Amino acid sequence: MRRPVPLAAAAALLLAACAGDEPPAEPDATGTPGALFPVTVGDVTLEEQPTRIVSLSPAVTEMLFAIGAGEQVVAVDELSNYPPEAPVTDLSGFTVNPEAVATYEPDLVVISAFADEVVPQLGALDIPVHVAADNPLTIEDVYGQITDLGTLTGHPDEAADVVERMGQDLAKLAADAPDREEPLTYYFEIDDNYWSYTSASIVGSLLSTVGMENIAQEESVVSVQLTAEAIVDANPDVILLADTAYGVDAATVAERPGWSEIAAVREGQIVELDSDIASRWGPRLVDLVAAVVDAVSQVP
Amino acid sequence: MAQRPGRVPVWWLLAGIGAVLVAGVAGLAFGPVRLPPLGVAAETLNQLPWVEVDSGLSPRQAAIVSQIRLPRVVLGLLVGAMLALAGGVYQGAFRNPLAEPYLLGVAAGAGLGVTVTVALRGQTGTSDLPLTVPLAAFTGAVGAVVLTYLLGITGGRDRSPATLILAGVAVSAFLAALQTYLLQRHIEVIRDIYSWLLGRLGGATWHDVRLLLPYAVVVAVVVLLLRRELDVLSVGDDEAASLGLHPQRSRYLLLATASLGTAAAVSVSGLIGFVGIIVPHLVRLLVGSSYRAILPLAMLFGGAFLALADLAARTVDAPREVPIGVVTALLGAPFFVVVLRTSRRVAV
Repeated sequence: MRRPVPLAAAAALLLAACAGDEPPAEPDATGTPGALFPVTVGDVTLEEQPTRIVSLSPAVTEMLFAIGAGEQVVAVDELSNYPPEAPVTDLSGFTVNPEAVATYEPDLVVISAFADEVVPQLGALDIPVHVAADNPLTIEDVYGQITDLGTLTGHPDEAADVVERMGQDLAKLAADAPDREEPLTYYFEIDDNYWSYTSASIVGSLLSTVGMENIAQEESVVSVQLTAEAIVDANPDVILLADTAYGVDAATVAERPGWSEIAAVREGQIVELDSDIASRWGPRLVDLVAAVVDAVSQVP
Repeated sequence: MAQRPGRVPVWWLLAGIGAVLVAGVAGLAFGPVRLPPLGVAAETLNQLPWVEVDSGLSPRQAAIVSQIRLPRVVLGLLVGAMLALAGGVYQGAFRNPLAEPYLLGVAAGAGLGVTVTVALRGQTGTSDLPLTVPLAAFTGAVGAVVLTYLLGITGGRDRSPATLILAGVAVSAFLAALQTYLLQRHIEVIRDIYSWLLGRLGGATWHDVRLLLPYAVVVAVVVLLLRRELDVLSVGDDEAASLGLHPQRSRYLLLATASLGTAAAVSVSGLIGFVGIIVPHLVRLLVGSSYRAILPLAMLFGGAFLALADLAARTVDAPREVPIGVVTALLGAPFFVVVLRTSRRVAV
């Protein structure tokens, strides 16, 4: 796995960019901020600012628009439904069809790591491909991805802003979280076979900063399939549902046999999350944490 | 021991019942959550009508026993019995030791049904679709088997059972291709589908038990009534005809019944492999080749085997779940080899 650019390096880059007396690079779609290019991130070197970007990952699409590179994006994959102005196509980010991608004449393609077997093929077409790690474990990994994208698209300052704002927002959420004697325990459901995000996942680490403790404690595994028995026995204070797009809601959870004895069900603390926000580790992670904090703020 | 061929040996029958009891008790007594055994026993008795004893369990512990553990054990016993019975029927009717309950398209049909349902659900995001996963699996499984039979019948003059197997292969391949395509289009639901394909008893409820039970009873009764026919079929069609049987008619009736049982089992448990092929062979090695003895014992040992495998699935990596299909193969294969070797030593 590729190491994302560490935050310190990103900050150094930002300082370097600010140290020069040049006005901050504000490229419109046509102008090229010559001072910023060429850039190199990982194996990719871009001579000029890309203006025809294809994003094949919903999380990356959200990052690109958040850092102000949306104007340069000409196509996104079929699942990239946010923000609404993203130019959604029928391209697949899972089984990438290099020919279909090439028809958009991209000068930068961003794909998820699990689809990286097409990199050589796109390379043969002289299309630069940036591979985004598909399973960031910490918020720093996400910041690193945003910073990388900022560098590649000619928006390093905006990327740094986004990273800084996310950091501030998350810090504020953590600071404002009510003090509890015992952490709130939660079960974070991915699907109705009881697959669950663990304490080692990125949401696990973020929610621990707002005083919440995952019932699935793991060292390094980000998701596990729990037994129903273990969930009922763990008696979580809160149930977070990431599978609301798949027919699961508070009512169906409460109806599960034996679950009525769980504290979260008794107290009505079943939080229906937006399935997209709860599975894309991008700028809207802040929204995810905020939604959870908001929902559980009434719990004593 | 002087034993009339075809009779169920009494000792093996008792052993089979014993195995079911052991699996049931162990399945209830142990789990990812440690509970006092006496409390579990009392709570289990409470499930019987007119019994009201104080189990000393907290409401949450009582719910674990009565709503999660007990239906899971019962469902494991039923599904295991159905799959083993169906496997025995298939092996006899096709005179093929490699025949298994999914041979005629049940797995592919059920898999397609589930994939369609889950994919559509993911697309529309609504929970009030009329098609539930068990219903979709059942519809798909039965549909696939019917298609296989129709193809097998029109297959030509050839009356050999191989035609039916080939039709099953074709139908399975076709439906599996459709399923793969759909999965490709709805890759976001792959985890859901995958866990179904590996078999699951993790979500077992009394509702599932109530769904399966009527099919299980009907299928068991019909097959056990026809078990003499299966013995004749397993000798050969000409011999069967000379004994006044309609071999093809008997075969189709048996296969249809076994397929119905498989479809019902699969609809609540997903595709649990290995039970249907291993258990009947195991019983055959133990008691001889008459299906009159094999079928009832396969039901008992199949149920016990699956309930025990499920116990392992939910405890070895607790509180995590291990896919039950993984356990049945990991436990079943070595066990089978051991029995194969020892029984050969005895028999030859």
